[in-house]
Amino acid sequence: MKNLILVIISLSLLFLSFTLTAQADEIATLRDATAISEQEKPNAIPKIVNTDILQARNYPMQPPLIPHKIRNYQIDLEVNKCLSCHSRSRTQDSQAPMVSVTHFMDRDGNFLAEVSPRRYFCNQCHVPQADIMPLVGNTFKDMHTLMKERVNDMRMP
Amino acid sequence: MWKKILINFWRTLRRPSVHYSLGFLVIGGFIAGVIFWGGFNTALELTNTETFCISCHEMRDNSYEELKATVHFSNRSGVRATCPDCHVPHNWTDKLARKMQASRELWGTIFGTINTREKFQAQRRSLAEHEWVRLKANDSLECRNCHHFDYMDFTLQNTRAEEQHSTSLASGEKTCIDCHKGIAHELPDMRGVEGW
Repeated sequence: MKNLILVIISLSLLFLSFTLTAQADEIATLRDATAISEQEKPNAIPKIVNTDILQARNYPMQPPLIPHKIRNYQIDLEVNKCLSCHSRSRTQDSQAPMVSVTHFMDRDGNFLAEVSPRRYFCNQCHVPQADIMPLVGNTFKDMHTLMKERVNDMRMP
Repeated sequence: MWKKILINFWRTLRRPSVHYSLGFLVIGGFIAGVIFWGGFNTALELTNTETFCISCHEMRDNSYEELKATVHFSNRSGVRATCPDCHVPHNWTDKLARKMQASRELWGTIFGTINTREKFQAQRRSLAEHEWVRLKANDSLECRNCHHFDYMDFTLQNTRAEEQHSTSLASGEKTCIDCHKGIAHELPDMRGVEGW
């Protein structure tokens, strides 16, 4: 009896591992199913959008996108290059948008005098955009579009 | 004793030459002068190369390593700046003055003033400040050896750059280093620095 259980368990495990590997082969990744040992011809590195024109957010809480290049911007223990323009005290000279006030809050909701340490690493959330077509399709619609569609649906049943 | 030696030396100098002809002395002196001068300048130029700079591990492991990631090392057109392009004045007298100052760095390397990364980081602010002061004082001369203001095409610059360059830089109110700090090496702690 014991042996039978053991055999069943090991067989099912074997089967599971087979299906998993089979699935792994079928998934088309960004590598386009190139074997791991082979080198796919890499795409050209796209240009970074550097227009300095503010892009609309796709939803209200979206971290604003960076409309300029940030190559070699130093953000570490010593300095934060972003804050040399976007910090509260620098915005008059730089005319750059100030970091959101929410960034001055610590996790308990207390307002600090400076950007909270947990918000210090800007590019954890804020990213520049590459001038390129999206690699993966996306059907996201923002709230306004959805509501408009719904209104239209109700008008024309 | 020193007085005696000096007096003897002076007497020898003042006495006319006994064995050598005037022609030999003049032509020989000229040739020796050419060799000396050429040798001096060759040696000077030898210390003005990147290979010389990074023969000290302080430079190789810190400054040079950081430079490698920047646009002044690798870029689309392949023009690059080596250490002396930015850190040694091109003008001969200024260069010599800088070289004399640099003898202090020999002292530093012999006694290991900055022989670890930690020591370098600790010194970074003061090292950077030296360079900022120097470039501020000479109106960013080493930048301008390559980046000529007169030939900048503002229309090719992005809006932000064009705005700064056509106002503050054009009027002479600001110089390159006022804004372009930390372009070739990492920045130190910038607390209290103007514009940060």
